[in-house]
Amino acid sequence: MNNRTLTFREAFNEAIRLEMRRDPLVIMMGEDIAGGAATHLQEKGEEAWGGDLGLTKGLVQEFGRDRILDTPISESAFIGAAVGAASTGLRPIAELMFVDFFGVCMDQIYNQGAKLRYMFGGKAKVPVVIETLIGAGFRAAGQHSQCLYSVFTHMPGLKTVVPSTPYNAKGLMSAAVRDDDPVIYFVHKVLLDTSGPVPEDNYVIPLGQAEIAREGTDATVVAIGRMRLFAEQAAETLAGEGIDVEIVDPLSLSPLDEKTILESVKKTHRLVVVDEDTPRCSVANDIVTLAAQQAFDYLDAPPRTVMAPHTPVPFSPVLEDLYVPGPAQIADAVRAVMA
Amino acid sequence: MAEIEKEKLLWIYERMKLIREFEDRASKLFAQGEVPGFVHLYAGEEASGVGVAALLTDEDFITSTHRGHGHCIAKGVDVHAMMAELYGKATGACGGKGGSMHIADVDKGMLGANGIVGAGGPLACGAGLTAKVKGTDQVTICFFGDGASEQGTMHESMNLAAIWKLPVIFLCENNGYAQSTPAYYHCSAEDIADRATAYDIPGFAVDGTDVFAVYEAAEHAIARARRGEGPTLIEAKAFRYYGHFEGDNLSYFTEEERERNRQRDPISKFRERVLSRGLLTEEELNAIDERARQTIEDAAQAAKEAPYPAAEELFTDVYVSYP
Repeated sequence: MNNRTLTFREAFNEAIRLEMRRDPLVIMMGEDIAGGAATHLQEKGEEAWGGDLGLTKGLVQEFGRDRILDTPISESAFIGAAVGAASTGLRPIAELMFVDFFGVCMDQIYNQGAKLRYMFGGKAKVPVVIETLIGAGFRAAGQHSQCLYSVFTHMPGLKTVVPSTPYNAKGLMSAAVRDDDPVIYFVHKVLLDTSGPVPEDNYVIPLGQAEIAREGTDATVVAIGRMRLFAEQAAETLAGEGIDVEIVDPLSLSPLDEKTILESVKKTHRLVVVDEDTPRCSVANDIVTLAAQQAFDYLDAPPRTVMAPHTPVPFSPVLEDLYVPGPAQIADAVRAVMA
Repeated sequence: MAEIEKEKLLWIYERMKLIREFEDRASKLFAQGEVPGFVHLYAGEEASGVGVAALLTDEDFITSTHRGHGHCIAKGVDVHAMMAELYGKATGACGGKGGSMHIADVDKGMLGANGIVGAGGPLACGAGLTAKVKGTDQVTICFFGDGASEQGTMHESMNLAAIWKLPVIFLCENNGYAQSTPAYYHCSAEDIADRATAYDIPGFAVDGTDVFAVYEAAEHAIARARRGEGPTLIEAKAFRYYGHFEGDNLSYFTEEERERNRQRDPISKFRERVLSRGLLTEEELNAIDERARQTIEDAAQAAKEAPYPAAEELFTDVYVSYP
């Protein structure tokens, strides 16, 4: 089955399964990640939910409740426990159900997890993965829909990963689990049911290695996470107009593969960055700065960004659809830098 | 009174004296402008840190607080490395990159002093989880103060440790003040130990200036944790001689309070106890006094003379990539 197709959800799940088989020090904890702990299901070794959106389904049957831990709704306690366990010898994966919940546990992430190695002069390591759901599109309103990866990318000591396909979801999770620093792994909930080819072996996509999602010569579109899919649609439209777009998917935001981005910009001389996060102090604007500082002489037009507005995510489907950047806006931005 | 063998009594006295000497010296060095930054001193609370640490090995873990020097010394962190860390020197416990509020020595099971009040609770649960998953008999002591007892993290952590039966002892050092705010104002409970009832775990309030009382309570709690029966909350009621931080002139203390504290001094109390019972001799104690004084003197001198970190250390021990 070399051309096996999996959904993003299945690929994510498989990566954790393979890493847990490979290394007994890998454990996972989060709210309802098995589901039904201490109920009649536990005695039968079964689960109720396998996570709110089924990301961890089946793991408890294979690894048991000692390694797949349902937690109370105490994000500070269990995210911090994951950090503490990581600094004492385990390699935990903790699920922060929605990234919007970081407000109740951020201290444990950025003051503890991110800083211990540096503050202790290198005498500690914190190999923890925090995976979390991001993104609009589920009509989940203001407190369950943001991206927020720019906030974490801003923090020294954290690594940030935003997969976009089933293939890279699997390889990046394996890399994240094996990394000795805290890695925040952002899962766009709209991507969970997308499908693609995924090899069966346990492969690693190194953090800090971007992917050229489409080769082209006329303009570079850097697209993060779900935005890659919209960029690919826009590129199809633009191809019909004779515009040959190159799409760079950074995959990791920290480390950021600056080299691949700059090489593409130097080749095409034009840059559009597409990002579902809000604009102020964002990764998108950081990438524009990178190009301005290091490839200014190569640019034939001012770089553009296509981003969410600087607002909370609205509930009304009409407004939410306006909030999320789409293929039409991306195509317009490319046409503008081509003009 | 807990039965403690002579060798351990000598160890306890030496650790308490080292802490006192270290803190008195740190206070002077700060006042002289030798030591920069934020410094929070532990003098007056020696009996709780040492009374618990007397029951631990290097394999056991502790999490600490901003007032962490005493916990470090009790857990066996080298005082030379600690003093150099206060100076921000290359020979410091953290290479000068942590300072007083972040001294750590993971090899000694000391998981770091902590600048965030109440942050140690979740970390202690994690260390306890490591022991549980690996199937060892290691225990973790989570030191926290009366101020931290009002943080949500501590409540979350005690609940988590209780439901997972983690080998964690929550050791609340109630020195009576959260910065300048007294516990009788900030705390709804007469005894913080009573909150254990809410998590269905044992809770004991003990005299935190009596090392024997702390030892006895900790002995029960640690044995219970090593048996896999879960956490215990111990409240050690003590006081601090110095302000919240160096530079705090303790204007919120009354003269009566200061006098009452002096009467409760944990080191004097220990001396009286062991001498009156003939457990140790005056000569043995005096020899330790002199050794502790000399050790801290040497540590301060060495720290003063030690080199600062090299400039490139700014960029080590963290992933850095920025143009």
